[in-house]
Amino acid sequence: MKLIRTIAAAALLTAASSNAYAVLSVKDPLNSPAWSYMAREYFADDTVSFSDLVKVAAAPHAEDSMNVPVMVDATALDDVQEILVFADLNPIPTVLRFYPHSMEPKIGFGLKLQQGSPIRAAVKTADGQWHVGGTWVNAAGGGCTAPSVGSGHSDWASRLGETSGRFFAGNNDEGRMKFKVMHPMDTGLADGIPAFFIERIEVKDASGDEVGVIMPFEPVAENPVFTVNTPGDGPVSVSGRDNNGNRFKAEFAR
Amino acid sequence: MIRLAFATILLACSALGHTAGFDYKLAANEVRPGVFVVSGVNDDLTFENGGNILNTGFIVTGDGVVVIDAGPSRLYGEQLVALIGQTTDEPIVRVYITHHHPDHFFGLQAFDGVEHAALPQTINDLRLLAEGYSDNMYRLIGNAMLGTEIVLPTLAASAGTLEIGSRKLELLALSGHTESDLAIFDTTSGVLFAGDLVFHARAATTPHADIEGWQASLKTLDSLGFEVLVPGHGPVSENNAPIVETASYLDWLSGTLASAADAGLSPAEVMFIPVDARFRNLAVVTNEFQRSVVHLYQALEAALLPATETQ
Ligand SMILES: [Zn+2]
Repeated sequence: MKLIRTIAAAALLTAASSNAYAVLSVKDPLNSPAWSYMAREYFADDTVSFSDLVKVAAAPHAEDSMNVPVMVDATALDDVQEILVFADLNPIPTVLRFYPHSMEPKIGFGLKLQQGSPIRAAVKTADGQWHVGGTWVNAAGGGCTAPSVGSGHSDWASRLGETSGRFFAGNNDEGRMKFKVMHPMDTGLADGIPAFFIERIEVKDASGDEVGVIMPFEPVAENPVFTVNTPGDGPVSVSGRDNNGNRFKAEFAR
Repeated sequence: MIRLAFATILLACSALGHTAGFDYKLAANEVRPGVFVVSGVNDDLTFENGGNILNTGFIVTGDGVVVIDAGPSRLYGEQLVALIGQTTDEPIVRVYITHHHPDHFFGLQAFDGVEHAALPQTINDLRLLAEGYSDNMYRLIGNAMLGTEIVLPTLAASAGTLEIGSRKLELLALSGHTESDLAIFDTTSGVLFAGDLVFHARAATTPHADIEGWQASLKTLDSLGFEVLVPGHGPVSENNAPIVETASYLDWLSGTLASAADAGLSPAEVMFIPVDARFRNLAVVTNEFQRSVVHLYQALEAALLPATETQ
């Protein structure tokens, strides 16, 4: 966040960054009051366009604001470098960054929503351009300032970082993989509970080469389940750490 | 917080003279002599319907009136009490709450000096859940919740026969829609009040569902030999079609979620699986299906993710 704010401030100072200005002149299809601010925060000088090729699937009404299921699919775009997921009106808008390398640019997970908000995926392609898709989700509220249930349980510490997962051969997508990490994912917005969240997950193939990186932020739901596609052969490992330096690792056979 | 804000605004309005509360326009439909159903609309909870999306009912027994469910708010309860007063001279003696969902019990506040009964598990669940329900209902139905306070049932009901006046009521302690679902069968008239174990022309809601137990309860209800079936939501029926409809929808729902979990679909992908053609005419089915994914899918997913040795 700090880095982004700094960049945004620089962009504002130079004032005439024409691309940022250009995106502000395009009408936000979700009509969010915060879009122009988001655009300056996240994209600064980069070229940004709204695109139907970026699909964000989420139910229009959040039944559980602590865990709103979302699936981002950018497989219609070539050469995806990064997927940035954010919710304009969340107190912490940045939800997740995903660098798919050789994984499919497609990811499912749950997030916490404090109030109704657009949920967007901005997808950066190799030419440096951002393609933005999104959908509006209405929420009951409370998702971000309510402490996660997990930290209220006495046994969460003993299960912290416990990782489970597997491949699903029966899926239409090649290399469909799901994994879950036990973690409270505290936002730091609830009284007396500091931010405590998984901040980096590396996905590696059998030879130890990194095939993708997921960087979750505070709004990702507690005990997150990630759904991804990792085509290829052999086992895949996921290893990660949280912002307190706790590490976890697990390996899944195909 | 939200509740207080609403209350303040509404009090300000009444101070200005706009005292008319939400009018539910309740009407009593006599389905068998002395047995009445008060029907709501088949919809989500909205400001417009004030939460009147359910069926309540009352039975005139010859020795007082037995009421089945109290409705979503104080105003609903008061208007139901008034409607009963216009329908019969007998006093209300008891209100049964079929289960702990908020559209069924907040009206209890209006039933003063009357026994408030529910299954023990329902009473326990309400102790834990009522506060949260209250906040939610103020948010969802707004104005219609004006002045509603939490009044919990205190009399523990148990399964068995209740002889009252000229009636023999069979109380069934079932489960599946929630952990405890009360159905009331008036064997004298043949009218079965099924509570939310049965939905009709509306997709079933599942926030506390155990579908296997629910299906077993539906079999029990189907075997009772009723003449009139009053579902928790949707039109009254003279046959078992609503039971068959609820059972097949639940069967489709659980089968769909199980095969989605087997295929490794993410919850958001599951939410966009098209609803089977047989159920597309059910009211609010798309919303309810998406809610059911949130209620039920996580456990199915977790069961398929084996714990791996952490290295
Ligand atoms: Zn119910």
